[in-house]
Amino acid sequence: MAAKHKSVETKFMEEREQVMRAVRRLDRRSFLKVAGAAAGAVLARGLLPPHTFQLVTLADAAVEKGTGANGMAGQPPFTFAYISDTHLYERTLNQRFVRGATKAVEDVNALDPQPDFVFFGGDLAQLGRRAELELGRDILKEVKAPVKMMVGEHDWFFDLGESWQDLFGPPKYSFDWKGVHVVVLMSVHEKDFWTARKMTPAERMQTVAGLDNGIQSRFEVGDDDRKWLADDLAKVPHSTPLVVFSHSPLYKYYHDWNFWTDDAEQVQAILQPYDKVTVIHGHTHQMLFNRINNISFYGMLSTAWPWPYAPTGLPTLTVQMNRADPFDQFDGCGDGRFDVRADGLVDKIYNLWDRNPVGVKADYLVSMGKSDRPTVPQFASY
Amino acid sequence: MTRRSNLLFLLPAFAALLGAILIFPGAIEAQQAPVHSAPQAKDGGVVIMLCDGKTSIEVKGLKPGQPMSHEQALAVTRDLMTTWQRAHPQQKWETAQASPQSAAASAPEASAPASSSSPGAALGLENAPKAVAGAQQGDTYASFTNRDYMIWKTETNKFVADGKRIFHSDKELGGTIGVSCDMCHPDASNTHPQTYPKYQVQLQRVALLRDMIDWCIENPVKGKALDPNDPKLRALEAYILAQRKGTPLNFGQH
Repeated sequence: MAAKHKSVETKFMEEREQVMRAVRRLDRRSFLKVAGAAAGAVLARGLLPPHTFQLVTLADAAVEKGTGANGMAGQPPFTFAYISDTHLYERTLNQRFVRGATKAVEDVNALDPQPDFVFFGGDLAQLGRRAELELGRDILKEVKAPVKMMVGEHDWFFDLGESWQDLFGPPKYSFDWKGVHVVVLMSVHEKDFWTARKMTPAERMQTVAGLDNGIQSRFEVGDDDRKWLADDLAKVPHSTPLVVFSHSPLYKYYHDWNFWTDDAEQVQAILQPYDKVTVIHGHTHQMLFNRINNISFYGMLSTAWPWPYAPTGLPTLTVQMNRADPFDQFDGCGDGRFDVRADGLVDKIYNLWDRNPVGVKADYLVSMGKSDRPTVPQFASY
Repeated sequence: MTRRSNLLFLLPAFAALLGAILIFPGAIEAQQAPVHSAPQAKDGGVVIMLCDGKTSIEVKGLKPGQPMSHEQALAVTRDLMTTWQRAHPQQKWETAQASPQSAAASAPEASAPASSSSPGAALGLENAPKAVAGAQQGDTYASFTNRDYMIWKTETNKFVADGKRIFHSDKELGGTIGVSCDMCHPDASNTHPQTYPKYQVQLQRVALLRDMIDWCIENPVKGKALDPNDPKLRALEAYILAQRKGTPLNFGQH
């Protein structure tokens, strides 16, 4: 009788006990499977699963792919997380964006296992003031994993990078990590539009901070930094997987909002000889992905606010994120994770706050959308 | 008189005033503009004449060459048109100016060039449409000139530009945390004014665009909601709607 008429609570407790028992005697990989199964059971019942369970399910899939049943393994797979576009004002002025930034820090600190590093995608500050950057630095100090920084235009155009470089070092650099060559670019240079207009530093910053004013120049990596990139890559074999970070997308999405890098094609040409190239950018505040020739592009989410999809130019491979609810501060915002697989390709998990996370497999982009299509959301944007 | 007809009435009056100002000094000989001889000022002010060449009033306290404030100028146009209307009780200004016969019937001495062609021609606008003959005479829109259209366009664009400025300024919005509308809505994107009125699920009532503007001002912007008649709210609405020119209306869309 008892077996026939178990209450919901009893069933839940039994399943939970089963999971916990299994977890105690399992290694990491099997743990992921068990956790995934448990999350699946919760999903099947139509309950909203806790975030961590969902994330683990996706991580499981990614790890499976990376190590590969066929034994293909170029280098050890690894994971890094990101936080991007926090747009902090000074603490006394605005708590809203501080809440977003600290929420992301809690997220990445809760990742288990911990990522190898946490990448910050630029636009730490809103108006480039030193106090804003210092607030950001203090918030990011709470991150347990090592933090790698990238600059955004909101950090730069008040004092042309003086404070940012003072706090965080050079805006472009590269390093090798577990067989992958990682490059961080400074892609938000702009040609001087301010001197002729006799703008103050504050006016210059305010102009760059607006998307739709049409006065500022378009972003560019610029001659010097492209040469630096070419020099940096000169010693890197073409078979080495590349992960390149840039604040602006390294392609031309929408000119009028500066979702744009003016010399994108020239940068792409420098990356062209490499077999596996992943470009990861901030700035666009939305789920955004693209593939151009040999390069896969992923846009990062913002913790401050989501941006609407631009009226034209959206890459056809992009699956739009669900329409955000303005009544929920965190909707459409979030952070995320990248899983660098053994074959050097990169899977991406968009951790959309208050939504189910969305995983985008490298294979989806490499196959030009023929396989592994992510779930299409219910509400398209207007 | 209804509010609407008052407004419509004021527009030609404003245009007429501009004409009067141009013509009064009698300095535009090159265009062979009509020369109106305005009566001498009696109380030390400035005499302003309507472009019918007859109706005039004196603005007391205004020195020759001294500019008027916008409000003062509007008051003068109102007074001029009221004076004209009192002298022509059964007539419409547009009809009288468009048709020499009609104008002559009530004012036989009116033979100035202004009334023998269109008012636009008097202002030197080459493309000014001729007065429309026949059935359309007296139609509100029949006798307007390119200049009138220009003024309407300028005024409308100014309204929209005001809205754009406010949309981009946390200070003008009365925000307290540095947030302005454009930060989430560049070019007023994702505001979908064409979907209102609609049942706004989060508010649990039917909302107009202005209700959502006010919601945004109160919440993400952290300011105080504007009164529905507040010029700022009207301007914001104008800017948002202007960005959606050509978008089909689809009220109630979710």
